[in-house]
Amino acid sequence: MHFEFYTTIMDLRLKALTKSIWVFHISAGSCNNCDIEILDCLTPRFDLERFGIQLVGSVRHADALLITGAMNRKSVPRMKKIYEQAPKPCVVIAVGQCALSRHMFRDSYNVCEPLDKILPVDLYIPGCPPRPEAMIDGIVKLVNKIKGVKK
Amino acid sequence: MSHKIIVPIGPYHPLQEEPEFFQLYCEGEKVVDIDIIIGYNHRGIEQLSEGKHYDQVAFLVERICGICSSSHPYAYVLAVEDLFGGEQKVVPERALYIRTIVDELQRIHSHLLWLGLAGHFIGYNTVWMWAWKYREPVLDMFEMVTGNRNNYAMFKVGGVRRDIREEDGPILKKMLDELVPALDLFRGAVMDDPVIQARLKGVGILTRQQAIDWCVVGPTARASGINIDVRRDEPYGAYNRVDWNVVVEKEGDIFAKTVARILEMYESVRIIRQCLDKIPKGEIDAQLRDVPAGEGIGRVEAPRGECFHYIKSDGTNRPVRHKIRAPSFMNVASNKVGAVGGSISDATITLAAVDPCYCCTERVAVINKADNQKVMNGWDLIKLSQEKTEKLKKELKA
Amino acid sequence: MEISDKIKKRFAGRAYDWQENSNRRAYFSVKKEDIFEVAGYMFKDLGLRFSTASGTDLPEGLEILYHFSNDPKGEFYSVRVMIEDKKNPQIDSLAPIFPGAEWIEREIWEMLGIKFINHPNLKRLLLADDWPEGEYPLRKKE
Repeated sequence: MHFEFYTTIMDLRLKALTKSIWVFHISAGSCNNCDIEILDCLTPRFDLERFGIQLVGSVRHADALLITGAMNRKSVPRMKKIYEQAPKPCVVIAVGQCALSRHMFRDSYNVCEPLDKILPVDLYIPGCPPRPEAMIDGIVKLVNKIKGVKK
Repeated sequence: MSHKIIVPIGPYHPLQEEPEFFQLYCEGEKVVDIDIIIGYNHRGIEQLSEGKHYDQVAFLVERICGICSSSHPYAYVLAVEDLFGGEQKVVPERALYIRTIVDELQRIHSHLLWLGLAGHFIGYNTVWMWAWKYREPVLDMFEMVTGNRNNYAMFKVGGVRRDIREEDGPILKKMLDELVPALDLFRGAVMDDPVIQARLKGVGILTRQQAIDWCVVGPTARASGINIDVRRDEPYGAYNRVDWNVVVEKEGDIFAKTVARILEMYESVRIIRQCLDKIPKGEIDAQLRDVPAGEGIGRVEAPRGECFHYIKSDGTNRPVRHKIRAPSFMNVASNKVGAVGGSISDATITLAAVDPCYCCTERVAVINKADNQKVMNGWDLIKLSQEKTEKLKKELKA
Repeated sequence: MEISDKIKKRFAGRAYDWQENSNRRAYFSVKKEDIFEVAGYMFKDLGLRFSTASGTDLPEGLEILYHFSNDPKGEFYSVRVMIEDKKNPQIDSLAPIFPGAEWIEREIWEMLGIKFINHPNLKRLLLADDWPEGEYPLRKKE
């Protein structure tokens, strides 16, 4: 009974998220290609703002975390701290091949485990780098999935 | 247009103890010392290279930096071709022209990207949006020529992997014709604006002697009067077959660096047009096999400066040692003299003026030297910089 | 090449094992005790630009190559120094001559373990603070 009540509250909060998602971007050791393509989504050609999606400067306001990069040893503790500071519920989106599986850097001495062994990932957007269209497609799929939770 | 969008700059937490990329120690309004901490992107690529064979390494080095995505593979294949006697001896003519076209398109896209970020840092968000809007056709040109907007996978040892079709030539030229009015727009907007001049002139000066002592490269060096450019000094590709100029400014301040980059874009358009006219028919790949033993060095002029690769080979199909030195490694270190002495409202634009990788400028902190307390983070610094511009605008209107 | 002739004349006997396979590249060796003087001469007197330095772990020792560029002519000069003592490798730092060497020497130190004497700031550059002491990623595994 207690558990169902809690899940319902979480569902309602997640549903409220889908009106306007504020995202915070973290790079855990990326080559910047994914980061530039994320910023590209804000430019007039793709214009994420019309979907209500905004990049914010402080993790305190974030509904979703966009994580790029190959889990560099220096960056991972910082990434974990940021995740703890983000208000829950918070959706974690892994952008780019490096965030998915560490890509060709998986054998490196300076790279840790893959992202989904460190944080709970809700959406994977593959690509090196993923095109802005792919990112928008991924986010729309996530939004629909959240909306469809109470079917 | 009004913008609420901000470039994300690290978490703000008053009690946070973590090291930032740039720690600026301040006394009041002035920056008195700077500590630069890097390593957040270090992925051990030099060591990974030793375990891969020469074809695979070309894909690996592409992902060193996403913005200079063609400079690193180009320098790498030049280093390996050095072992065969040099690029000009072994690579077919047509491939040289294609390599040059890709390299120059990359320069245009990188400088437009920088222009947008610099505009954002000083509060001209319109410049940001317009620079990136006009960057999109350049990415379309990349997609036409290489098949991808970023990470082109064009370079292989002995040539290039894809050809430019006959029908693409006129379309590319038309897109370049449409790009030039945009460049004129930026030149007018930036170089003739009194507020921008007041903001950037005399700020963040790197003198000629400092530039020599800190061994800086690229537009950072050329803005301080040092006339170096690998494309002219040690020509590679088709650079010695077309006419173009090296852009050198003397003042060494941020305005000089901005002007140098804008004028370089015009030269890039000139080079691409000539390459499209002169490109001969023929093979694009020399089909090189069996890398000989020896040592090879390859250098290219990336948008940020000289990119250096060194390969030591023992005759097998894997490198014994692969040394990579990106241009920003030299330029970012020079902020020790470039940013110190200035005010904190000029800090972000000074740090960004050497054009480091975007990730590096993400994390900045200002620390009060007297009590070692962190007083503001990167987001606050950008706001401070933007407020200074607003103040200047009002003063100059009065 | 003109610069090679000047170096050969100035450091006769101390600059040896010259390899000049092309008209734009020259490699030569000096003993590690001489590198400070040779680098100072190349930077100050000959006006060459210091491009970078690369270190390699070879069976006979740790080799550092210092790369200098003669930009007006497009020539590249690489100075080879071999440090035989792998247990306690040391060499003079070039940072007192030109500060551009600071970061490069820090990187070689943390990757290969070579100590640079008189370096103003020899601390970690790229590796995390919790990286184990005494472990150098670019040393070959035995």
